[in-house]
Amino acid sequence: MSATAVTTELRADTRITLRAHIRHTGALVRRNLLWIRQDPESMFDAVLFPIVFTLLFVYVFGGSIGQSLGGGQDAYVQYIVPGLMAMMGMSMAQGVGTGFNQDFNTGVMDRFRSLPIGRGSVLFAKISVEMVRMLIATTILLVVGVLVGFDITHWPGLFAAMGLSAVFGSALMWVFLTLGVVMKNAQSVQAMGFLVLMPLQFGSSIFAPPQSMPGWLQNFTEYNPLSALADAARGLMVGGPVAHDLWMTLAWSVGITAVMAPVAIHKFRTKT
Amino acid sequence: MTRNDMESGSAVSVRGLVKHYGETKALDGVDLDVREGTVMGVLGPNGAGKTTLVRILSTLLPPTAGQATVAGYDVVRQPRQLRRVIGLTGQYASVDEKLSGWENLYLIGRLLDLPRKEARTRSDELLERFSLTEAARRPVATYSGGMRRRLDLAASMIGRPAVLYLDEPTTGLDPRTRNEVWDEVKRLVGDGVTVLLTTQYMEEAEQLASELTVVDRGKVIASGGIEQLKAKVGGRTLRIRPADPLQLRPLADTLDAQGITGLAGTVVDHERGAVLVPVLSDEQLTAVVGTLTARGVTISSISTELPSLDEVFLSLIGHSASAPQDAVPAETHEEAVAV
Repeated sequence: MSATAVTTELRADTRITLRAHIRHTGALVRRNLLWIRQDPESMFDAVLFPIVFTLLFVYVFGGSIGQSLGGGQDAYVQYIVPGLMAMMGMSMAQGVGTGFNQDFNTGVMDRFRSLPIGRGSVLFAKISVEMVRMLIATTILLVVGVLVGFDITHWPGLFAAMGLSAVFGSALMWVFLTLGVVMKNAQSVQAMGFLVLMPLQFGSSIFAPPQSMPGWLQNFTEYNPLSALADAARGLMVGGPVAHDLWMTLAWSVGITAVMAPVAIHKFRTKT
Repeated sequence: MTRNDMESGSAVSVRGLVKHYGETKALDGVDLDVREGTVMGVLGPNGAGKTTLVRILSTLLPPTAGQATVAGYDVVRQPRQLRRVIGLTGQYASVDEKLSGWENLYLIGRLLDLPRKEARTRSDELLERFSLTEAARRPVATYSGGMRRRLDLAASMIGRPAVLYLDEPTTGLDPRTRNEVWDEVKRLVGDGVTVLLTTQYMEEAEQLASELTVVDRGKVIASGGIEQLKAKVGGRTLRIRPADPLQLRPLADTLDAQGITGLAGTVVDHERGAVLVPVLSDEQLTAVVGTLTARGVTISSISTELPSLDEVFLSLIGHSASAPQDAVPAETHEEAVAV
């Protein structure tokens, strides 16, 4: 009896309270976590990506690129680990985009959208879970990094770099959300993301110092937000000048959000 | 019981509903009323605008023009209140494949603000009711098509909706599974849920719906009770079984030769040993019986039937397709291309 009374009362309430928002988001986070339990392989990329990339770059390119840094493989480890850290936010953004796309294609999103819940809850839940995944990936990256010789000297800087990567990833997320809503399937979202990110990633200071690149490419890397992000992360984690790159990264994040968030929200609202 | 203040009569009321996608008119001025506690069938071919209608009525899509209220709530101005009183079962089962059946229901219960305990008992209850208890803990990915639809129905019923939309609930199911879903829908209707059902299958509408709205190209081309619609199309079918099956063919030929049957001519149903004679009026019926008597044919049974929904539908669509306003723009367009 009392349960029915509660339900009826809630029915009469038309506003979605903050508590209700939190409850809805919680229920949806639970759903996304259950996915991982059901499909543990979906965590493989988060686990393997940092291992494979770190080992690959350090042992394949480390020696030769390290020389140009005035050292050897050791010097390159200090260079690449912060760079890879900068990339973590991007895979988070990509995960949110593909996840959204799947929900649209399976019709689950229709059900959510026809329920009396805030539409942001679905998004916040997805972001929370991708943040957890990012945290796991980052931890693994640092463990592997330390194993191949990375020196963690600035703990506060390390957390600041993680935060900065997450901030930039959140901005980029709007781009992937737009793709997720517009594209036909998750594979296209991934492929499109790959096409956009690949040149941006390699045409930046993430993997190698741009000094040895041809002039036109150096110009490109200079304005590439991923360079700013990677250099900021480097400065924060191993020391060196930070301010300029930090501001550049934040400016890019705000700019991308300002342009893409309205687009993503509009596309989401009017998706048929 | 959920809404006492609801104006008596219409659970769903649609007036002049229009939805344009650029040049395409998915809905072109649709009027519709679903009385409380009844099943309204919306019948139409692919692309008639059925799904667009359901999506507007479940607030997934804003209308271009017109008005629609569900349980007294306006689709545009009161979407949140409206979402509390509806259940939606889409064309494909909109359940999460990676979760178990129970987890799916529990999730929706929580999203509908049921307290944990109530969400739990409600999930158990509905799984039991839709005969899914045994599969409750298995991921939905392992369910058969019929089980998924049943789970989808169960998910739509968690919030005890006053109005349930079933958008082509049996598309793509085999006949046996289709019957299962029909039985479930009938039980829900028995509980007093108002249902708006879209379908391409005449048989489905006939099984489930008490009233029918026939749509084609975004327009309502006919509406009313099923019997009423059949009568509107006019004509009955006279089923005559001669005692001697060898008489089937000659009998049909005689009736055709006399030209007293309806437009379509007679049909010989060898399987059931009957001649089917379409008749448009009582006079024709009498004339057919007169011919039988004059010829001295022994009859073992004779009966009249209303036309099947298929026939009703085809004849209605046929009228609409040959209407001049539809034909003219198409021709003009072709000419323009040719020049």
